[in-house]
Amino acid sequence: MSRDADAVRWVDERLGAGRLVKRALRYVFPEHWSFLLGEVALYSFVFLLLSGTFLALFFAPDISSREIYDGPFRELAGMEVTPAYRSALDLSSVVPGGLLLRQAHHWAANVFVAAMIMHLLRVFFTGAFRRPREVVWILGVVLLGLGIFEGFAGYSLPDDLLSGMGLAIAYGVAMSLPLVGGPFAGLVWGGEYPGPGVIESRLYILHVFVVPLVMAAVIGLHLALVARHHHTQFPGRGRRESNTVGNPLWPGYALRSVGLLLLVSAVLVALGGLVQINPVWQWGPYEINRSTNGAQPDWYLGWLIGALRLTPEVEVRLGDLTLVPNPFWGGVAFPTFVFATALAWPFLERRLSRDRGAHHLLDRPRDRPWRTAFGVAFLGWVVLVFYAGAADRVFYALQISYEGQVLVYRWLVLVVPVVLFVVTKVACDELRRSGARPARGGPPVAVIRRPDGGFEVRPPGD
Amino acid sequence: MRRRLRALALVLGVGCAGLALWSAAAGGQQPPPARPGADPGLAERGRALYARSCAICHGEDLRGVRGRGPSLVGAGAASVDFYVSTGRMPMSDPTAEPERADAQYPRRDIDALVAYVGSFGGPPVPRVDAGAGDVARGKESFTENCAGCHQVMGKGGIVVGAQVPAISDVPAGQIGEAVRIGPYLMPEFDERRLPAAELNDIAAYARYTAAPANRGGWGIGNLGPVPEGLVTWLLAAVALLGIVRLLGERTR
Amino acid sequence: MRAGRLAFLVGAARGLLRREPPPDAAYAEDAVDPREYDATPHPRAEVGVAALLALGGLLCAAFAVLVVAHPDTQLLGATLAAGLGCVGAALALASKRVVPQEVHVEEREPVPPQVDEALAAEARAGGEGISRRRVIAGAAGLAGCGLLGALAVPITALGPNLDGAPDRTPWRRGRYLVDPDGERLRAADIAIGSFHNVLPEGDPRALEELGAPVVLVRVDPRSLDLPPERRTWAPEGILAFSQICTHAGCAVTLFRYPVSEETSKPPALVCPCHYSTFDVRRAAKPVFGPAVRALPQLPLAVDGQGFLVAGGPLSGSVGPSWLDVRQSEGGA
Repeated sequence: MSRDADAVRWVDERLGAGRLVKRALRYVFPEHWSFLLGEVALYSFVFLLLSGTFLALFFAPDISSREIYDGPFRELAGMEVTPAYRSALDLSSVVPGGLLLRQAHHWAANVFVAAMIMHLLRVFFTGAFRRPREVVWILGVVLLGLGIFEGFAGYSLPDDLLSGMGLAIAYGVAMSLPLVGGPFAGLVWGGEYPGPGVIESRLYILHVFVVPLVMAAVIGLHLALVARHHHTQFPGRGRRESNTVGNPLWPGYALRSVGLLLLVSAVLVALGGLVQINPVWQWGPYEINRSTNGAQPDWYLGWLIGALRLTPEVEVRLGDLTLVPNPFWGGVAFPTFVFATALAWPFLERRLSRDRGAHHLLDRPRDRPWRTAFGVAFLGWVVLVFYAGAADRVFYALQISYEGQVLVYRWLVLVVPVVLFVVTKVACDELRRSGARPARGGPPVAVIRRPDGGFEVRPPGD
Repeated sequence: MRRRLRALALVLGVGCAGLALWSAAAGGQQPPPARPGADPGLAERGRALYARSCAICHGEDLRGVRGRGPSLVGAGAASVDFYVSTGRMPMSDPTAEPERADAQYPRRDIDALVAYVGSFGGPPVPRVDAGAGDVARGKESFTENCAGCHQVMGKGGIVVGAQVPAISDVPAGQIGEAVRIGPYLMPEFDERRLPAAELNDIAAYARYTAAPANRGGWGIGNLGPVPEGLVTWLLAAVALLGIVRLLGERTR
Repeated sequence: MRAGRLAFLVGAARGLLRREPPPDAAYAEDAVDPREYDATPHPRAEVGVAALLALGGLLCAAFAVLVVAHPDTQLLGATLAAGLGCVGAALALASKRVVPQEVHVEEREPVPPQVDEALAAEARAGGEGISRRRVIAGAAGLAGCGLLGALAVPITALGPNLDGAPDRTPWRRGRYLVDPDGERLRAADIAIGSFHNVLPEGDPRALEELGAPVVLVRVDPRSLDLPPERRTWAPEGILAFSQICTHAGCAVTLFRYPVSEETSKPPALVCPCHYSTFDVRRAAKPVFGPAVRALPQLPLAVDGQGFLVAGGPLSGSVGPSWLDVRQSEGGA
């Protein structure tokens, strides 16, 4: 046997995976740039695991005591800080490469959620979630939810002013769960807020161990199922429901994929070194009687601050008891509704469209006007609430009254989705009717000069 | 005779140089405003200016006009100097928020108004020395007393009903005046609430926020997650989409 | 005319409700064989790949040296990003120009239904010969409930119940008010239009108790509009409220006090998180924003030496609402 075959034989005899690997090497990946968005999310997650491991070796998840700061950040000299905040400061100053990795880790979290959302939108608008891939879709939506929680937990750990305010609000939202809110919040915080400090170690163990483990398992299942069903693909030359056409894994796709991993990492490292994010030494340490103007959560929770700010002062009371406190509507009901709709969508669509067949060929968004219109309207609704959360900075920049914006937004969130739905549906129908391809510069046409001097546009070959 | 003249010239020269150095060190781009009562001619000029430009809203007797302007009795030299040298006064619409603009009067006229209105009592122009303040103590004081409205890095913000200005580029003297008088919707902090040493600390911190140490790279405004989210979508997502477009291929 | 408009509306509605036509002919199964294979060498691309790999390696090595020698964040980020970028670009270039370009076809293998039938039959066979199915099923249900309970209940060890905690604050009659430096506050030192961050005297754990932080403001006493039972709670116009917002728990650190109320806004405490606005002259009643409950008020008194002292406990539950929270007396 040749030397290559010897080497392979050595490994295969011990691992017994030869046949599986042989098939895997010829596994086909259909080609389209939008199919790489899920990989961008995956590689951001890998980067988060690696950079997070480094950070975890230095971070001290303890907010139950205070010490006087005497480190390199002169603007904090003499302040009382918790060990958690202190270790975040040290990572940002004393540890070589610490600030680079802290920032890259935080940028990676922002990019991870953004990539998941872009990937989800691609899957939704092309109908890749249909039978037999409903479970893959559900796992993906679960990953999005876990990723958002994970990001919140992560940036709440350093106990700085901004994230401390966020945790206080989380307590208020937890308290707002009808009937069980008080005991539940008391459970999680170990008593009334701020509690004896156990929230820090609990968030820590969730953030560095439990949730990454669960996410890794869910990602594994997600990918295994994708491979089991094989990828979906756009219709085209030789592409049928019964096959997949594209690049084999080896050598082209493997190289491209590893290249993408490195390029995503390059972007994250570049951001981590060159663009400042979450400068905890500028926010200062958190105390329960401190707050700052302009405090915001990370962008992927902006929809919740918008919802909390827009909700009118409504509570449900029964006699002297508060059944549904105000933060419930924006902080619990709204995100639950959005996620529940997302999770249920494959089954909703099956029922509404009466199409129960298996699909492996993707749709052009225009070919499913109802789905596309609903998706645009729903997304527009969530994005509008998200924008409302930044209305105070808009007021600061453009002088548009804050109270006025709140009132207008309350009406916009009802009206704009309807308008978006109608406009999108009409646009889809029109595009299908005319056969135009606006994104590709339109169909080929011939421009002919008329005898009277004017111009005429005709399809070629006429 | 010549020796005495030379000695006099030397003393004057040294005195002027010292004065110049001292005022430069105090960070004053303008000479400090005159104290009320120092020059009766100044107050008289101030009275004339007042009658011409301010009485229509604040009353001939400085007791204010309903629906137009509040009483200025007890407003003090600090108020006049603050409002007029930051260009917030005079303003045409009494219901609008006073906004920073170029001062509408030259320094001598402002001094005259200060002398006149200041003679009716109220807080004097405070002495603020940012150089004598401690940035760390100032940060702690600023966070506890000011950050709720002015944002922890002094980038300004909103209180319901008004825009709160950024303070990073405000001269120390004006910061002191605003703190003592509480202009427009701002609360006031007198000497018992915020002693002069603490005011110096706050001024030092405000000066620091104009050029904070952004060790992480581009500071993107020191505003927190809003610009960070913009960078995520307008920089990172665009870059990654570009990479993905280059790497992937389109179905033929 | 009206019939025309009606017809238009009906037509528009119909257009909106029109069912989607079936996919057009362009999507019909295509019998063309899409397979391709191209192994043409591209020597220039190969050199490019080699160069990028080498450059990337050098940059990454430079990063490693910098970590030890001069760990400046921007330099570190730039070198490592450039290094990773070069290697990544090399692999991308290799995948597109160096290795054979191939379009391959794989047939899908759906799960055959016969397998499922066999699977179901196999599972059913496991129950052959069992006679008392219902008894066993019922007992299994009992076991399941017990097991679930045993797994779930230890969670309650995580923490005490909140039971009444928002009403147990360090404030009670006779407790002195102190500033953040621990100094008692004199009523005479509180200027109209000022605000103060206040804590209970002698409480080393004040910043670990939600009920401890209090915000003190002073307004013109003639402008007060407190409910009758609170007339004595604000000596000389000095008011004290819990500093923790009743909406979601942020610290209320904005105090709005106008120079000229008639051309601007009345005095108020504002929370920076969601802009709940509390009218201080009306016992911190919410007038804007999502908060429903007024800030609990602390009754104040002035002792013989002029120091401010609490005249009783806070008027209501501190912080965000939950089931047991009662409405503050005289509040919203």
